[in-house]
Amino acid sequence: MKRRTILKLAAATALAGTMAFGGAQAADTIKIGASAPKTGPLAGGSTVTHWPNIKLWVEQVNARGGLQLKSGKAKLELVEYDDQTNPGEAIKNIQRMATQDKVDFIIAPYGTAFNLATAPIFDKYGYPQIAVSAISDQIPELTKRYPRLFFTLGTTTAFAQAVADILVQMKNDGKIGSKVAMVNVADAFGIELAAAARPIFKKAGLDVVYDKSYPLGTQDLSPIVKGAKASNPDSFVAWSYPPDTFGLTQQAIIQNLDVKAFYTAVATCFPAYGGKFGSKVNGNLGAGGINPDTPAMQAYAAAHKKITGKDADGWASATTYASLEILEQAIEGVGSADRDAVTDYIKNNTFKTVMGDVTFKNQNNDVFWTVGQWQNGKYYGVASTGRPGEKPVQLKSGWN
Amino acid sequence: MDILITGLLLGGTYSLIAMGLNLQYGVARIMNLANGEMLVIGAFAAFWVFTAGQISPILSIVVVAPLAFLLNWLIYRFMLLPLVRRAKSAGQLEVDSILATFGLAFVFVGIMIATFGGEYFTYSYLAEPFVILGETYALNRVVAFVLAAIMCGLLYLWLNKSRPGMAVRAVAVNPESSGLVGINVSRVSAFAFGLGGAVTAVGGTLISTFLTMDASIGVLFTMKALIIVIMGGVGDVRGVIVASLILGLAETAVASLIDPGLTLAAAYFMFILILLFRPQGLFGRRSS
Repeated sequence: MKRRTILKLAAATALAGTMAFGGAQAADTIKIGASAPKTGPLAGGSTVTHWPNIKLWVEQVNARGGLQLKSGKAKLELVEYDDQTNPGEAIKNIQRMATQDKVDFIIAPYGTAFNLATAPIFDKYGYPQIAVSAISDQIPELTKRYPRLFFTLGTTTAFAQAVADILVQMKNDGKIGSKVAMVNVADAFGIELAAAARPIFKKAGLDVVYDKSYPLGTQDLSPIVKGAKASNPDSFVAWSYPPDTFGLTQQAIIQNLDVKAFYTAVATCFPAYGGKFGSKVNGNLGAGGINPDTPAMQAYAAAHKKITGKDADGWASATTYASLEILEQAIEGVGSADRDAVTDYIKNNTFKTVMGDVTFKNQNNDVFWTVGQWQNGKYYGVASTGRPGEKPVQLKSGWN
Repeated sequence: MDILITGLLLGGTYSLIAMGLNLQYGVARIMNLANGEMLVIGAFAAFWVFTAGQISPILSIVVVAPLAFLLNWLIYRFMLLPLVRRAKSAGQLEVDSILATFGLAFVFVGIMIATFGGEYFTYSYLAEPFVILGETYALNRVVAFVLAAIMCGLLYLWLNKSRPGMAVRAVAVNPESSGLVGINVSRVSAFAFGLGGAVTAVGGTLISTFLTMDASIGVLFTMKALIIVIMGGVGDVRGVIVASLILGLAETAVASLIDPGLTLAAAYFMFILILLFRPQGLFGRRSS
C-alpha cells in the first residue's frame, strides 16, 4: 500500500515536471512533425525531393535564431517518422504527432495517395496541410471538403495538356509528324495521366500509334521500347515512375529510338538522371521544371548542396522548399503557433518563395511548372501555367 | 527470334536472382527472406566501387564474392545455427528461419539507408547496343547472361562432379542420413549458405549494370526468387535454370505479342499451373 502511494506520488511529480517543462518549452520552440517514406517503394523519390528540404529549412531557420513570434524568437524542433510507403502507417504517424508528440505544425507527406489518405486526419486535428508531391484533377472537390488542405504542384490535366501543347507546337512548326507512342506505368499516377492524355492528344490532332501499359517494377522494358519503335513514332511519351524512367531511357538509347521528342515523367528532373546518361539525354523532356537561373534559385541550389550534400532536383524539390517558406512566413505573420490563424493567413496572403510569388486561390496554387527539358547538361522549365523564364523547347537530335 | 533472345536474356537475369536462394533453401534449409537485400548489397558495392574509382563492376565481383561469402557464413554460424540446433522438426526450422531472416531483411535495409541514404542509385556501364542476328540488345544484359551461364555451369559441375559437391547434394537430400555417413552437416550447410549469399551478391553486382535500384527494393527480388525456386524445385540447380528461362520467355512473349501490362499475370499464371500439376516443382523430388 505504502509503496503504491510512493509510486503514485513519483508519477504525479514526473507528470507535473513534464508539464512544467512543456509549458516553458512552448515559448521558445516550435515543434514541427514530418512523416514520409524513408523505406519502401517511394523512399527513392522522397530522399531526393522531400527529406533534404526539411533538413535544409530547419537548419536555416535555426541558424538565424528561429522564427520571429510575438513572444520572441522560437527555434524549430523536428520530429520525423518513416511511413514505410504505407498509407496506414502514414495515418498513424500523423495521429501520433498530433496527439502524443503534440507538434505545432505537420509537414504534408510525400506522394499523391498519401496526401489524400491523411487529409481527413490533418483536418480532424486542425492542422494546415500544404501538399506538394500531390497531383490531382480532384483539387476543387478536395479543397472544398478539407478547408485546411492546400495544393501547390498542379493538376493531372495540366500536365497532359502541356505535353500535348509542346508536341502540337512542334508539329505546326513542321518539325515533327503527328504520330505519338505513349506508354504508362500501371499505377494510379500513370493510369490517371494516360487516361487524361488520350482525349487531349486526340483533340490536339495527335495520332497515338502505340498505347501500352506495364506493371510497376518491370525488370525488362526492352519489349516496350521495341514495340514503340516498331510503330515508327515521331515522338515518345511515357507516364513513368523513377525506375522505369531510367529503364526506358536506357533502352531507348540502346535501341536508338530516334524520335524528335522524348518525354518521361517522374525523375527525369533528378540529378541522378543527368548524372547517369550525361549528354545522351540532351533534349529529353520531363515532368515539371524550374527556372534555375534566378538569384533565389541559385542561392537555394547552393545551400541545398552545402547543407544536405546533395543536389536538388529540377522540379518538386524547390516547391517542397517553397511550401516550408510559406509555412514559415505564415507563422511569422500571425506571430504565434495558432493553427487556425496560420491557415487563414495562408489563404489570404501572397508569399515570396524560391519559386517566385505564390498566392492560393481556393487553396490551390495555379501557377506551376509543367514540362522541363535537359539542355546542355542542365534541366530547365520549358512550359508552365504562368511562371516567368520558360526556355524555348529544343528538338531532340539523336542519342549522343 | 527476337522474343526468344530477349526472353533468354531476361531468364539469365532471373537465374542470377534465384540461384543463391536455391542453395540456401535447398541445402541449408533456410528460407532466406533477406535474399533480395543481399542482392541489393552486392549492387550497392558495385555502384560504390564504380562511382568512386571507375572500377568495372565485373572486376568488383572478385571482392564482392568473398566478402559476401564471409558475411553470409557468419550470419549462418551465429544467427541461424542456434535456430537449426533448437529446431525439433523441419517445419519448425522453416518457421523460425522465415521469421529470423524477415527481421534480418529490415536490419539490412536500415543499415543501407543509414550508410548510403535511400535515393536511387544507378550508373551506366556497357549500356551499348549489341547486335545478335540483326537485332539490337543491351550489351550489359548480354554480359550478365554470359556470366550467369558460366556461374550456373560451374555450380552444376561442382555439385555433380566433385566430392564436396556430392556432400552438399547429400545434405540437400537428407541431413540426418548425411550425418550418419560422416558428413559434417552444419559445416556443409554453413558453406552452402555462404555460397548462396555470394552467388546472390554477384547477381546483384551484375544486375546493377542495367537496373535502377534503391535500398528498399530488395523485397521485389526476394519475391521473384521465391517463385523461381518453388517452380524449379527446391535444391536443384537445373530447376532454377529451367524455371528462370521459362519465366523470362513467357514474360517477354506476353509483353511483345499480347500486352506488356500482362507480364505479371503471365508469371503468376505459370506459377499456379506448376503448383497445381507439379507441386514439388519441375525438378523437385516428391517429399516422402
